[in-house]
Amino acid sequence: MDDEFPRRREKFPFGLAHLGLDEVEREIPADEPPPLAPNAALTQIGKDIRRWDAWAKVTGAARYTVDVHLPGMLHAAVLRSPLPHARIRSLDLSPAASAPGVHAALTVVEPPADGVPTVLRYVGQPVAALAADTPALAEAALRLIQVEYEPLPFVVDLDGARRPDAPIVYPDSEWQKSPSAGLPAAAGDLPITGNIRGPESKGSRGDIGAGFAAAEIVVDGTYHTQVQTHCCLEPHAIVAAWHEGGLDVWMSTQFTAGVRAQLARHFQLPLSRVRVRAEAVGGGFGSKSQIGIYGRTAVALSRLAKVPIRLVYRRDEEQMDSGNRPSSEQHLRIGARRDGTLTALSLHSYGSAGIAFGAGVGNMATALYRCPHVESRQYDVFTHAGPACPMRGPGNTQGAFALEQGIDELAGKLAMDPLALRDVIDPSPVRREERRMGAERIGWTQRKPPGADQGPVKRGMGMAQSLWSANIQTNAACELRLWRDGRVEVLSSVQDIGTGVGTVLAQVVAEELGLQPEDIHVRIGDTEFPSGPPSYGSRTTASITPPARTAAWQIKEALFRSVASAWQVDPQRLTVQDGWIHLRDEPQQRISWREAAAALRTDRISAFAGRSDDYAGFRSRSGDAAMALNDLGGVQFAEVAVDTETGVIRVERVVAVQDCGRPINPLQIESQVQGGVLMGVSYALLEERILDTNTGWMLNPNLVDYKLTGAWDTPQIEVVLLENYQGFSATDAYGIAEPANIATAAAIANAVYNAIGVRMRSLPMTPAKVLHALGAVSGGPR
Amino acid sequence: MFPGARAFPEGELTLMKEDPQENEKSAAASVLGPGAVPIVLRVNGETHPLLVEPRTTLAEALRGSLGLTGTKIACNQGACSACSVWLDDLVVASCSILAIEVGERRITTIEGLAAGGRLHPVQEAFIAHDAVQCGFCTPGLVMSCAALLAGNPHPGEAEIQTAISGHLCRCGTYPHVVQAILALADAKGD
Repeated sequence: MDDEFPRRREKFPFGLAHLGLDEVEREIPADEPPPLAPNAALTQIGKDIRRWDAWAKVTGAARYTVDVHLPGMLHAAVLRSPLPHARIRSLDLSPAASAPGVHAALTVVEPPADGVPTVLRYVGQPVAALAADTPALAEAALRLIQVEYEPLPFVVDLDGARRPDAPIVYPDSEWQKSPSAGLPAAAGDLPITGNIRGPESKGSRGDIGAGFAAAEIVVDGTYHTQVQTHCCLEPHAIVAAWHEGGLDVWMSTQFTAGVRAQLARHFQLPLSRVRVRAEAVGGGFGSKSQIGIYGRTAVALSRLAKVPIRLVYRRDEEQMDSGNRPSSEQHLRIGARRDGTLTALSLHSYGSAGIAFGAGVGNMATALYRCPHVESRQYDVFTHAGPACPMRGPGNTQGAFALEQGIDELAGKLAMDPLALRDVIDPSPVRREERRMGAERIGWTQRKPPGADQGPVKRGMGMAQSLWSANIQTNAACELRLWRDGRVEVLSSVQDIGTGVGTVLAQVVAEELGLQPEDIHVRIGDTEFPSGPPSYGSRTTASITPPARTAAWQIKEALFRSVASAWQVDPQRLTVQDGWIHLRDEPQQRISWREAAAALRTDRISAFAGRSDDYAGFRSRSGDAAMALNDLGGVQFAEVAVDTETGVIRVERVVAVQDCGRPINPLQIESQVQGGVLMGVSYALLEERILDTNTGWMLNPNLVDYKLTGAWDTPQIEVVLLENYQGFSATDAYGIAEPANIATAAAIANAVYNAIGVRMRSLPMTPAKVLHALGAVSGGPR
Repeated sequence: MFPGARAFPEGELTLMKEDPQENEKSAAASVLGPGAVPIVLRVNGETHPLLVEPRTTLAEALRGSLGLTGTKIACNQGACSACSVWLDDLVVASCSILAIEVGERRITTIEGLAAGGRLHPVQEAFIAHDAVQCGFCTPGLVMSCAALLAGNPHPGEAEIQTAISGHLCRCGTYPHVVQAILALADAKGD
């Protein structure tokens, strides 16, 4: 390490708190605070502090992007392709542009010119947009836009798109302009044949033939997962105000700083002239991470109309064109010895992200278990359907459904308990402990053999594991301000999309300053403040709490120096507790926080801190994103009741054992884990985007026919949270949102197998599929 | 139309006549719009005269004309209950009734629930039990839960689940909502 970055050595608590802690020595930057004690010794961190914005949210005062109203604001509407594949012969905006109340109109696609056709590739693809005085006038004017479409052959289903004679979504290398569905990024030069792109074979190793030759038991299965939509309750929304000085944007986004960077690049503005705000965000789940075409459209309309533009998706637009979780078809083959050790694992997957790429199924199969010979071949299949984008645990959620059922099936064939098999093949000591705790909580010893119940309603118990990387955004910073009146502010562009990161920031700062969380004024969701991390990849808490603590510590040190100078003592002798600064060895020598602040030389002092590297280093990094050395685990257990006469599966109970390093607010974490589990129950049983293969239209683009879990579908959810200390950062805290979602559907499927003795390999596990699997009806869905 | 509602315009609905010209005449006399028409809404104890197009939903009138943006529109077809308000004592999806249908009924929105700046017990309980994540569905859930308690101070778990069964929450707050209302029901216990 360079001398200009001085470091020092410190001893950190290490291990799982409930098993007893060890110590680990780390070298840390000299300007970062000393190690934080375990939660048991703290007053604010690790406590169920009330959510910072709960008051605003329960009173209706919270301001979401859809609530932003600016003077002179116009309403935008988007003309969308009615055809899944078409060439635009001609496009004329003028009748719409001159309609009453319309102030600006533009094409979203490149209009046809000079013999270069404009090709549309999915129903709902934006073609043009306009802005008018009211939403109704805007919608009405859309009908005046003259478009001549030439229909082209199309394909919207995975099987059809893989046929040799399938209509081709992208000729040549045009796919490279398509968006990415996220993880695995799957970028780079993969071969493309017809609509099939790949394989991506990351994680493959050894000699797969030799591995299967050494196997004594082999299980083999094909699994299907459906397309799931994000269904954020607040639709995608933006209010854009282009003005002489630059651009002001309010956006329902998971990444204000990222949106600013994208806007600055696209519209060639300096970063300093673009301001993005997100006061309250009504959910994201991966779908609100980018500026998107709709965002750029609103800004372009504002530049044209010279007034603020509001663009808010209708629910059908939300369902058709705001992203989705790609489908998958996974062929999984696992070979093992009789003692359970894996010898070979082969995964061939095909997924469709519509016109996007990146429909892989993650690293569950290649990274969760010890196996010397692994072959992973993941293919994207392009279809004439709306682009997918990352969704809560992208890839791994699909991958878990196959892998964790395969392992469960293997345990059955080996006559081993699924937990005992995982003890043999899973190298993670954290997950081993999670399995033990979860089994104890759910009463695993009561589990019966598959299909053992006699009556028509059969109950079963199953479990599954999750794997997710502990992600960090290194471009993550915050500022701490202390005002002369004693007020403390924490400022960052980081946005709270419902995770409660604002509460967590207040807790961390209050802990360091010996104050109460309600004393800390949290100001976030505004790019005028230091750039915070995105709210995706389960990385927000891990990225922003260490700089918040560091900045708070630096402010505290500055205030101590001021007090120490007045008292003519060594600042090292000072400490702060319950709002009082005092000498460690003479507590009666004290001054209140407010009085100490009043003696500052200036009205306000400020400290700025960015996310440093994890103290033990990163596993990998790419641009602003890094992966910590640890993984995030999580093991979930489910109990189900299957009515074999109706085919209805009811999830009665889920035990979710999760880890996220140091938990900062267990109550908020419980909320988020419940949310992950419920999204998993919904994915397992209800949700499915249905496209009409004859027209390419989505048949359920609403919240009536697209089914989500409601209160009556909610199982009893028990969250068991580990405290896992590793000494990696100033807070040692990591994320939880995605790991909480990954294992749920697989745990339910394994429980269904345990109940009825028939394996459900296709999502969602609808009554029709259950009855078909039981042989109660003939034909039926696959 | 929701239960207990009266047809609009009251007393002006007429049966179709056999003579088409007669029909046209009576229609011209009773049809409103498409331009804006004057109505009066009684919201949170205040009376608001306003001009709305007949097609304006109550949710749009509240959020737009009156600036009461605490009421949220999410599905805009009565499937998610995010837009729930009270008409007199009845919880309704304000996206699915027209502003001109409301007539004399008293409208209570989330902004009107915290009387005099003091939170309603349901709001307190939501905060205490962290029954809030992204918060977009929260105002609607609060309105339904408060209406439940008004009619039934000690609901059991099943009654609470039924009361909120029309609500969709993508963040998954249902368990904490039920916990919050159960705690209130117990706290008021006999």
